[in-house]
Amino acid sequence: MITWSSLFASSWPKIAQILTVVIIFFGFYGVAFAAGARIKGKKQNNIALGLFLVPALILVMTGLGIPAIQTLMESFKSADSSKWVGLANYSNAIKDPDIRLAFANTIAWVVICPAIVTTLGISLATMLNKMKREAVAKSLIFMPMAISFVGGSLIWNLMYSFQEQTDPQTGLIGQFFVWLHIDVKHLLLWSPWNNLFLMVIYIWGFTGFAMVILSAAIKGIPSEIEEAAQLDGATGIKLFRTITVPMVRTTIIVVLTTAMVGTLKLFDVIHTTTGGNFKTDVLSNRMFDENFVYLNYGRGSALAVLIFLGVIPITYYNIRSLRLERKH
Amino acid sequence: MTPERKGDMKKTLKLSAVLGAIALIATTLMTTSATAATAYCDDFKQFGKFNNVTVKVFAGIRDPEASVMTKVFAHFTACTGIKIAYEGTDQFETLLPVRVKGGNAPDIAIIPQPGLVTTMVNTGKAVPVTGQTLANINKYYNPAWKTFTTVKGKVYGAPFGASSKSLVWYSPAQFTKIGAKIPTTWAEMDAIGAKFKSAGVTPWCAGIESGAATGWPSTDWIEEMALRELGPDKYNMWWKGELKFSSPEILGVMNKVAAWLGTESQVGNLQSVATRKFQDAGVPGLKDGKCGMLQQASFYSSMFPAGTTFGPNADANAFYLPPTNTKFGKPIEGAGEFPVAFSKKKEVAAVQAYFSSPAYGTERAKLGGWTSANSGIPLSAYSDPVLKVVAESLQSKKGAIVFDASDLMPTAVNGAFWKEMTKFYAEGKSMKDVAAAIDTNW
Amino acid sequence: MATKAPGANRPFTSPIASLVVTVIAVLWTVPTFGLVVTSFRKKEDIVSSGWWNAFKNPAFTFDNFRAVLFESGGTVGEQGMIPFAVNSLAITIPAVLLSVGFGLMAAYALAWIPFRFSDQVFYGLFALQGVPLQLSLLPLLTFFATGVQLFGQTIFPQLHIVGTLAAVWLPHTMFGLPLVIYLLHNFVSALPRELLEAARIDGANHFDVFRRIILPLSLPAVASIAIFQFLWIWNDLLVALVFAGGTDDVAPLTLHLANLGGSLGSHWENVAPAALVSIIIPLIVFFSLQRYFVRGLLAGSVKS
Repeated sequence: MITWSSLFASSWPKIAQILTVVIIFFGFYGVAFAAGARIKGKKQNNIALGLFLVPALILVMTGLGIPAIQTLMESFKSADSSKWVGLANYSNAIKDPDIRLAFANTIAWVVICPAIVTTLGISLATMLNKMKREAVAKSLIFMPMAISFVGGSLIWNLMYSFQEQTDPQTGLIGQFFVWLHIDVKHLLLWSPWNNLFLMVIYIWGFTGFAMVILSAAIKGIPSEIEEAAQLDGATGIKLFRTITVPMVRTTIIVVLTTAMVGTLKLFDVIHTTTGGNFKTDVLSNRMFDENFVYLNYGRGSALAVLIFLGVIPITYYNIRSLRLERKH
Repeated sequence: MTPERKGDMKKTLKLSAVLGAIALIATTLMTTSATAATAYCDDFKQFGKFNNVTVKVFAGIRDPEASVMTKVFAHFTACTGIKIAYEGTDQFETLLPVRVKGGNAPDIAIIPQPGLVTTMVNTGKAVPVTGQTLANINKYYNPAWKTFTTVKGKVYGAPFGASSKSLVWYSPAQFTKIGAKIPTTWAEMDAIGAKFKSAGVTPWCAGIESGAATGWPSTDWIEEMALRELGPDKYNMWWKGELKFSSPEILGVMNKVAAWLGTESQVGNLQSVATRKFQDAGVPGLKDGKCGMLQQASFYSSMFPAGTTFGPNADANAFYLPPTNTKFGKPIEGAGEFPVAFSKKKEVAAVQAYFSSPAYGTERAKLGGWTSANSGIPLSAYSDPVLKVVAESLQSKKGAIVFDASDLMPTAVNGAFWKEMTKFYAEGKSMKDVAAAIDTNW
Repeated sequence: MATKAPGANRPFTSPIASLVVTVIAVLWTVPTFGLVVTSFRKKEDIVSSGWWNAFKNPAFTFDNFRAVLFESGGTVGEQGMIPFAVNSLAITIPAVLLSVGFGLMAAYALAWIPFRFSDQVFYGLFALQGVPLQLSLLPLLTFFATGVQLFGQTIFPQLHIVGTLAAVWLPHTMFGLPLVIYLLHNFVSALPRELLEAARIDGANHFDVFRRIILPLSLPAVASIAIFQFLWIWNDLLVALVFAGGTDDVAPLTLHLANLGGSLGSHWENVAPAALVSIIIPLIVFFSLQRYFVRGLLAGSVKS
């Protein structure tokens, strides 16, 4: 049993650490901004870049850039990274039927989930805009995002778990089957539909993100524009199509992209439900298993490189639709 | 002598008597407290005395087990001055290689897989056990235990906790109901299965779901069968990779398991076996008479609800999974955890020695729910009758004891073994294809 | 901004829209509601029957909550959830501040400070989102624990932070930055060019523009992204365990939650209430930052 005094004793150093970080960060940039405000002319560009961009670049390069290069090198080495094996990890991976299946599943995830999440997000954000009890509905849809994966796996176990037809069901969906007098199905074993049931978990968890981001963008549409459109007689779906969607187009692309990269790297949902069994494996779960369960770093790194390669077309698409648009 | 002097002497005498009495009392007090202190710390002198040092121990053991364990550590800390900072997580297997290679190794990691011990030794960061621990291993354990963590001629860990995997759990009430007695041969056990069947009870409880490690309970079944059918020598060849899964011997064993725990009539719906959590396999099925017997390790005792009693006439009991023939006696498949050191500090060696000594094991065993292969622990320390029998068999220095084969295989083969066995249950993959698929990972 | 006409900004006010939203909100809540009900049930009931049965013959208990809140311990000891929640806050708050702070400045630099490789840097940052963070754990830990040596020379000294909270802030900041920069860049670059140029003509330099225009105008974006950073870091387990470890003085709430399941993972009666309690703080954060979303600032770009 915990006492308040012991809680306080153990907590105050941590609170002090939080405050220290806050003070150092704001202190440093406070001084930097005060000093920077006096700089005029051309060299302010470089100073501003040094203070604004360079810290972020150093952090990202240390945390992700250098490890990415190391991973690329590991992918050409043997399981325990002791010798160079050329492209063997890649060719073995491509030959492995399980990894091929994981590849196909990953593609299905990346195509299906982001589309659904974004569509749901924009529809909800539009419908909820200025609706009564907007905050309540938003909070309910947002709530899954706040639940950790341990809780999430329990929640979906309560939905999907299977018992024999004659036994009392512990999963709600199994119970629906019983109420409807249909044979109870093993939802997580029912290949290939089990992939869809797993996608439901992701969609449940991620729609809140799409909704919140898109909602923020919709709130940003100047009312004059909508009013003008309404005066022209646009309402409902027409208003949505002609005003809302074009106005938040870049944000839609951003949400879609984020969801695509997210599903490409998706791991927790599979890991905590089927563990990649029952023909539901995806590349990043397999990558995790190879690296941390089977300790085959060579193949794990090769899979990571494949995942990374999957980001390149998405990057290309973004370059085309976002950066170029801004330039014009 | 003047009267005054006499009086002085009297005074002196009086004084000395008083002083003497005080001294006597003081001495008595001191000796009593000293005796108490010696008794309390007698067993811990061997580990030396330290001044407020901390040893970091990292493992996959969590509550409620972890709390019990740290309670026992308190005694060690009081006597030696070594604090044990314990850290437990379900991510242990993932984190240990990362931390060790990344230069943030714990002082001691309690590793349940000999295969992982070897991997850690190959990083060059693990430290062999010191003389004191080695002496404990030689003195208290069946020689087989030493071999499990011997890498390139050096021993890296002594078993901490150990369990027997060769057990069958059952409900005495259900056995009485169908008129069954504890079987001593495989044929007798089969007959009990048939009795359950005719009473409308699924003979065997089974569940192999275990997150990322789904499938492992079914690898145990193959190991038990291999040990009984082929004997310890061929069993050892198997995990070393000298005998392939597709070899007639091992494939034959796998097909026997398919007939034993791989048919609808024996375990019910096979797909359900693949999705049922191994923890829920026998609880509450055994008690409710849904299924008759469960092959599972001794640690399964902690899966039963609080308040469950164990023993031949209690709520639940376990018997030794009988041999299929008379060629190899009564071999046991064991499993255990091995504390491996990553630091040469004296206090770390002291903690490792403590873990391998009866000083830890006896106190831990008294708190229940735990068994060890340490023969220095008196059997009376185990109060639970099932665990007492298990401890007795683990302590035996004579019988053949082998380690969980899948945990000894290379991690990639072990992983494929789990995954492919899961496919046998979930997708109806044949044992022949399962064996061939596992073999590609050697 | 002109005063709003009644019905403005309301493309869907039909009853159908209300119905659709209600149905979705209910569907989204049912699974979580199952968790809520489960957390009040006894262990035997949880494993033997579905949670909806709890209403037929109600047998609710508060024992589960009392146990996880104040009694049952994490890895060691019996101290309940609160100390772990403090750890999680001490990990999350600085990491969110650093990632969103650095991210907003970088997003501004990429959007509004012209320099030669601006586009390439942006693409590079974007592509790095694709690096699975699991693979960065080992190189980064090695870097923190041993520094960088090249040809026997120490190029970068070892940082004596492994095992402390500070060792978790940096990786979270690093891993979160590409996405934060990407999302914030979308908002910052959409601000009307005329607004910034007007300020520049008045003699404001980048520091003034950032402080007077970018910071206030991007508040809704910053608030929403801070929420998501908060959630992702709050729910992280792996990064914290690699860099800080799981001893009681640094272990996050997620570790406590995972460990409550028991060594062999079957104590749902503990996990359910603990999972519920652990979403309270994220929800408070959500509600307190939500008011920034509805300000209707110039977050979307004005295009004709």
